[in-house]
Amino acid sequence: MGTSAFDAVIPVICVTLAGLVVLLAESFRKKQERMPLGGLALIGLIGAVIACVLLWDRNATSFGMVTADNYALFVNLIILTVGILTVVFSQHTVERDGLPAGEYYALLLFAIVGMMLMVQATDLLLVFLALETMSIAVYVLTGIRFNDARGTEAAFKYFLLGAFASAFLLYGIAFLFGVTGTTSLDGIGTVVAAQSMSGNPMILAAIALLIVGFGFKVGVVPFHQWSPDAYEGAPALVTGFMSTGVKAAAMAAFARIFLSSLEPMITDWAPVLWGVAAITMILGTVVGVAQTNLKRMLAYSSIAHAGYLLVGIVAGNEVGKAAILFYLAAYALTNVAGFAIIGLLGTKAAPNDDLRDYAGLWHTHPALAGLMTIVLLSLGGFPPTAGFIAKWYIFSAAVGSGYYWLAIIGFLSSVVSVFFYLRIVVMMFMTERDARPVPLPVAASAMAGLAVTVAAILYLGILPSRVIDLAAASISTVF
Amino acid sequence: MIPLSYYLVLSGALFAIGTAGVFLRRNIITLLLSVEIMLNAVNLTFVAFGRQQGVVDGQIITFFVMTVAAAEAAVGLGLVIALFRGRESLNPEAFTALKW
Repeated sequence: MGTSAFDAVIPVICVTLAGLVVLLAESFRKKQERMPLGGLALIGLIGAVIACVLLWDRNATSFGMVTADNYALFVNLIILTVGILTVVFSQHTVERDGLPAGEYYALLLFAIVGMMLMVQATDLLLVFLALETMSIAVYVLTGIRFNDARGTEAAFKYFLLGAFASAFLLYGIAFLFGVTGTTSLDGIGTVVAAQSMSGNPMILAAIALLIVGFGFKVGVVPFHQWSPDAYEGAPALVTGFMSTGVKAAAMAAFARIFLSSLEPMITDWAPVLWGVAAITMILGTVVGVAQTNLKRMLAYSSIAHAGYLLVGIVAGNEVGKAAILFYLAAYALTNVAGFAIIGLLGTKAAPNDDLRDYAGLWHTHPALAGLMTIVLLSLGGFPPTAGFIAKWYIFSAAVGSGYYWLAIIGFLSSVVSVFFYLRIVVMMFMTERDARPVPLPVAASAMAGLAVTVAAILYLGILPSRVIDLAAASISTVF
Repeated sequence: MIPLSYYLVLSGALFAIGTAGVFLRRNIITLLLSVEIMLNAVNLTFVAFGRQQGVVDGQIITFFVMTVAAAEAAVGLGLVIALFRGRESLNPEAFTALKW
């Protein structure tokens, strides 16, 4: 088969078509008629997974600004897995909570399109457009319960700060364009490497603005204020989707730009990111301990996780780059499963997302309590779960590059974070509730999906070498 | 010919005005307008750099940015309507269901 101009975008086309079909199917649907819209979404996502696997090792490029190198495909597979799991978990909840199914699945798919393109983009203009495609869809998903005051408020806050941040990102791109005369990552990399730019105020401003823009999207301190609100106000399954998919896509694009094009400037930006990573890990953990709402607590936990990911970028060595990919995979699986459990246990009327609502979960839903325990242990970084191996690699990358303090801060903050994860586990198993609520029925498909996800978390924790080798191999060809 | 620095100073000032607006104004529609001012400041920067380098890229990018800004404004105004229905207010301080 000859390589055609469209090869690199085939996975994206699969998901886009599925999104359009879902929209059309919804608009032709008669009232009260049931349609398997989630199934349509799954077909598109699985098609994209197959396309990604077939494109592996081919290094296809399209239009001079989309690449399907192994790095992009690895992250795309993570994003597609997150999408598939979210659709599987949503099937039952969308119907139960009366969410508009057509819009829900279509927006989910369009957000995934944006994420995939953002990872594949090799031109800053396309990075921006993909980021907006993703963000606008996710803003609406956050507020999809439009009669709910908390949902719309969360969506508006997320929207306002998100739009504000993309203006910063775009201003950074404009300065890079002004200095180098191009928006292509390769072109920028060539110019930056050829000339000594260390003292150039314009490029330093560009780097600062890019850090602000991406910092907002990834949710690092001091640009994290939106994330606890958005995570709490959105439906739990959407929170699970955006806390993993958006973060994975933004982090992957961030790493691509900073570790390839701006790599020659590493002595300028590494100290800044060092500080940001350290504050993010500390603040995410310390404020997380004080939370009483489980969704807010996991929001702060995901802020701390963004800090650990930044450690991988600061380290910037081979181990660090592979560790970022492994960490994204481990974190995505864990967080999607965690928020799915919250979503399955809470309804629109009774969100059940307070820590107290989890007291005695073992007596009402023993299986979910067991799965939640493994998820929380993985978030805390206990062996033998994926979270432990991921943190281990990140910290050994930091030590390998001589960032001992960063590794120590990371280690200490993850020890502190264990406290708040274990507190939930203790509540689930050891405490009794006076008035035991009637247990909500949980769909079998969602339980099966959760079981598979948790099995994958344990697999990555016990036999990580295959995935780590894959991550290392996929990144070595790129930068 | 007007030198590049004039454009950059103007767009920097516009960007700063937009940023200040997001933090200082007390009306959510004005907040949206402030974000638009920021995006247009960036557009001016792109066009100025494009002209200085003698390429059309800067102006092409501006079209993409305008499209994105329109899509963003549509979603933003939709959210404002949803918010206004619930509270009958446009003051951001009225929206405190979630801790800021």
